[in-house]
Amino acid sequence: MSLFRKLALIVASFSALLLSGCGDDIKYNMREGVTEISREVYDLHMIVIWVCVVIGVITFGAMFYSMFAHRKSKNPNPAKFSHSTVVEIIWTVIPFIILIALAVPAVGLLIKMEDASDSELTVMVKGYQWKWEYKYIDGDDNLGNDVSFFSNLDQKSRDLSVNSGSGFSGIEITDENYLLEVDNPLVLPVGKKVRFLVTADDVIHSFWVPDFSVKKDAVPGFINEVWTKVDEPGIYRGVCAELCGKDHGFMPIVVKVLPQAEYDAWYAEKVAEAEAGPDLNERTMGQLMAEGEAAYNKYCSSCHMPNGEGNGPFPSLVGTAVTTGPIEKHIDVVLNGVSGTAMQAFGNQLTEAEIAAIITYERNAWSNDMGDKVQPQEIHDIKNGGGE
Amino acid sequence: MADHKPTGISRWLFTTNHKDIGTMYLVFSFIMFLIGGGMAMVIRAELFQPGLQFVEPNFFNQMTTLHGLIMVFGAVMPATVGLANWLIPMMIGAPDMALPRMNNWSFWILPAAFGLLLSSLFMEGGAPNFGWTFYAPLSTTYGPPSTDFFIFGVHLMGISSIMGAINVIVTVFNMRAPGMTLMKMPLFVWTWLITAFLLVMVMPVLAGAVTMMLTDRHFGTSFFDAAGGGDPVLFQHVFWFFGHPEVYIMILPAFGIASAIIPTFARKKLFGYSSMVYATASIAFLSFIVWAHHMFTVGMPVQGELFFMIATMLIAVPTGVKVFNWIATMWQGSITYETPMLYALAFVILFTIGGFSGVMLAMTPVDWQYHDTYFVVAHFHYVLFPGAIFGTMAAVYYWLPKWTGRMYDEKLAKVHFWLSIIFVNLTFFPMHFSGLAGMQRRVPDYAIMYSDFNMLSSIGAFGLGLMQLLFAWILIKACILKKGEKATDQVWEGAEGLEFTHMPSPAPYHTFDTPPKID
Repeated sequence: MSLFRKLALIVASFSALLLSGCGDDIKYNMREGVTEISREVYDLHMIVIWVCVVIGVITFGAMFYSMFAHRKSKNPNPAKFSHSTVVEIIWTVIPFIILIALAVPAVGLLIKMEDASDSELTVMVKGYQWKWEYKYIDGDDNLGNDVSFFSNLDQKSRDLSVNSGSGFSGIEITDENYLLEVDNPLVLPVGKKVRFLVTADDVIHSFWVPDFSVKKDAVPGFINEVWTKVDEPGIYRGVCAELCGKDHGFMPIVVKVLPQAEYDAWYAEKVAEAEAGPDLNERTMGQLMAEGEAAYNKYCSSCHMPNGEGNGPFPSLVGTAVTTGPIEKHIDVVLNGVSGTAMQAFGNQLTEAEIAAIITYERNAWSNDMGDKVQPQEIHDIKNGGGE
Repeated sequence: MADHKPTGISRWLFTTNHKDIGTMYLVFSFIMFLIGGGMAMVIRAELFQPGLQFVEPNFFNQMTTLHGLIMVFGAVMPATVGLANWLIPMMIGAPDMALPRMNNWSFWILPAAFGLLLSSLFMEGGAPNFGWTFYAPLSTTYGPPSTDFFIFGVHLMGISSIMGAINVIVTVFNMRAPGMTLMKMPLFVWTWLITAFLLVMVMPVLAGAVTMMLTDRHFGTSFFDAAGGGDPVLFQHVFWFFGHPEVYIMILPAFGIASAIIPTFARKKLFGYSSMVYATASIAFLSFIVWAHHMFTVGMPVQGELFFMIATMLIAVPTGVKVFNWIATMWQGSITYETPMLYALAFVILFTIGGFSGVMLAMTPVDWQYHDTYFVVAHFHYVLFPGAIFGTMAAVYYWLPKWTGRMYDEKLAKVHFWLSIIFVNLTFFPMHFSGLAGMQRRVPDYAIMYSDFNMLSSIGAFGLGLMQLLFAWILIKACILKKGEKATDQVWEGAEGLEFTHMPSPAPYHTFDTPPKID
């Protein structure tokens, strides 16, 4: 086992790190980020650290000096003093002044961070157990074709996480974007002031992108506001920062920042996609089962497990009432969720084709053998008022 | 007569003796400490490397939740109550606590409370899994069925704490020996008196929070549900109005302990006694007006954020005064380094490091980057483990000879100290780095850039866990096997205070039947 070699390496790199002081490697310090605000936050962070280090050196220096110089063997006769008003006033006033000096830049920066006025683009960010929804609220286009989509953890990370072995001899994961990759990233234009309206569907989540110094709680039923203006195109990664249940650690945020022209092209494509409407082509049983297995593993298996047998509070789908009962009820549960439980309403999260495939798969996989299927068109009709 | 006591199990069930009750509190808290620590071992094993190797995410969340609840309510708080029971009557020259029967009851509620909480592990749906802060609606609409057991468990813990606190207040105000004026009381009594006031004021608030949860879950109210006109953020305000004074409830007694131990081993009077008292009172006052610094990202108005930022930063002033006073106490003293002193000094240094990260966290704009990351985990473990828990260990080593009449094994205790110091820093210091780099709290799995620091933390944690078994062995050796030389009445060369100057070692079952004379 190379564990010991690994350990030795870590210890070596750790000592190198201590010797080299606080560098700017994002592995052990806050990152500077890519916005004006994030750089100011970083600067303030470094100022406070150094103030703490200086105070620490003076305080602990005095303490260690005393521990050494005033030990019994060196100083057998202790002094008698037990108070000094002057000294006590000094060490009350000096920290007070230092704190005020620290508070002044902090106040200015905070006021700037909280000012979301004059934004050029508004994106609604909505947290779900355990994914994000992004909705572009375009001021110029009130035609009702807002672009919106869901963003899930990528399948590769999900598979790696579950299949990483057991015990201390787990499989070494080398993918540097492990748990930091999604299927559909949030896309933003560079150099534009973007306002995020942050909210949640179920429990509290928190939208955090460290490179932007943006962290705002997503509270169900309330809308919080936060903004950013990114200087450089690139891909920036964040995570949900508030405990939101089982898969809290598995709902990353990926933001792709594009030059304006590329962003416009991407946006136009998304609008066209929305206008084209959903893919409602009829599918064979085989196609539904294949698409269903992929979609089930992506959206359902983290709770109901890949073998369908459920886990803890999440019910089994094998031979149970919903999956082997009337199909209408099954469709209703998937579309509208079960209130008061973690079962969400997937009607607006997934496409008609995905829902049809998942339901067909659940009714025919494992030892379920219902033999029936449902087509995307039927789902579409039910969603839009039970048929036209 | 003086040492007459009942025997057998009924001695412990029905006892009203402050020393017996203190012992039971201490033993109970140590058992809880080992259980909560065992859960920490599960957490650190899972976090040893990226990927899910040991437990599932849902069980991981149950472990973090119970670890927090057990350590806060089961280990740290009962340990300080145990110390208060043993020491306050002896320190103020009282024969016992003022309300001995209530004292018995407030202890015996605890096993029931933690029985309820721990039994939830074996229930369908599992134990509470929403973190020790149990934010709504994760804990209300989305909580597992066992949440109700958690709610009643918290109610019982609250009742126990309130009764314990009332007992301390009544004892201190009514049972002091003639001549023991308030400003002559040892600082441990002062810090506990202030802690008791904090407890009486905030435990009912916690009870209110869990009661609102209960009615939201079962009786159709919507305190924390926006769909019914409530507000999930209201929960956080109520919780942290309890939660912030709570952290001082855990740390103030340790301040008192350090203020007792450092003068003894520096052979010099405590520097700035009255400023210590005023600083403690200021900290307690400030602790009531800073709660929302736990909620800087929740979407407060900017004016609110500014107020809570500045109020929080102010706490550094009285805390600094205390640290400077301890150093001034050592200054030109005649210092020796027995185990209690080592723990007390480690407490001062490492608690101060936790204080530094506290100042950083207080600053709202940068807190947006620290909030809910491992940086916060590092911060509060620095103030709780090498803070409150090292303080308690210092107290146990310092007063154990007085309690049992025998010295503990000094050599083993030094080993316990030095290895603990290494492991505690190995566990918690790397968490600063993983947090700054961007690792969020309460996750069972993480991106690979955090793996080095997590592996270090896990190794440190396993070592730290082992050290507690060594601690148990040292205590068993001294208390049960009764090995170790006899302690003198004064125990330590520089020790002052009634418990060292006015009674033999071990302290008899009944002390101060007639009050001592205090000049």
